[in-house]
Amino acid sequence: MVRMRSLLAVVMLAGIYSLISAGLFLIMDAVDVAFTEAAVGAGLSTVLLLGTLALTGCRQVQRQHSPMLPLAVVSITGVVLIWGTQDMPHFGDPQAPVHHHVAPRYIEAAPKEVGVPNIVTAVLASYRGFDTLGETAVVFTAGVGVLALLGIRRRRRAGEHKERQQ
Amino acid sequence: MALLVYYNYYVVFFLMMAGFYMVIARGNLIKKIVGLNIFQNSVFLLYISMGKVSGGTAPILLAEGGHYSNPLPHVLILTAIVVGIATTALGLALVVRIKEAYGSVEEDEIYAQDKDA
Repeated sequence: MVRMRSLLAVVMLAGIYSLISAGLFLIMDAVDVAFTEAAVGAGLSTVLLLGTLALTGCRQVQRQHSPMLPLAVVSITGVVLIWGTQDMPHFGDPQAPVHHHVAPRYIEAAPKEVGVPNIVTAVLASYRGFDTLGETAVVFTAGVGVLALLGIRRRRRAGEHKERQQ
Repeated sequence: MALLVYYNYYVVFFLMMAGFYMVIARGNLIKKIVGLNIFQNSVFLLYISMGKVSGGTAPILLAEGGHYSNPLPHVLILTAIVVGIATTALGLALVVRIKEAYGSVEEDEIYAQDKDA
């Protein structure tokens, strides 16, 4: 995907990647995340990218940059990250610290306090309801931003077009 | 064997670095945004893989009880996916705008035009 020149192929591969990662989320017990990823990541984001390609053209120009510097930066960062895993809990380890702080409390109390069998939904909509409200505000702001960037300009241009015709 | 217990991190870091490379080494703005999406997705995978408990099930209560995977990373990532699509949409809107202002989505052509101006 990194080396590909056709942007259409890049977008399609990104969609496939997203769908595969949704499958991985499913395997790792995150069913809610999996279907959000499949709908939003693989569906909506592919549609948005395709829309952008329709407006900007889908060929990438060949460039003669040396890939050495970015490769070096990426390799060093990767090595540092791998070095950082030395102290991490093992994959799937039930004794990992992350499973012993507040998580058991939610799993025990959520059905009694909220009454929804799906704990993810209970936490998202009830315990962290304000956070979800903030998330909606972020999405709203982004929508307003996109409209401000694309919508108003179109209308103005249509207005100019009309003036010219007159 | 000692290294295999960390393999989820290695997968995540490989994807993360692939996305990072795409962002810094490619001049095409759309490709940069796809790279950013890959990076973002790898962070989601990192969180979800840390929430996984061996032998656990999805955190939806069963009548007979049982082990559940940690639901808190799932909640965080659910929010992050939605916010991620919002930022992607905004970034793509900027790309469309840049294309109309400069007639190009290649970083160095835009830079050259800015230099001439």
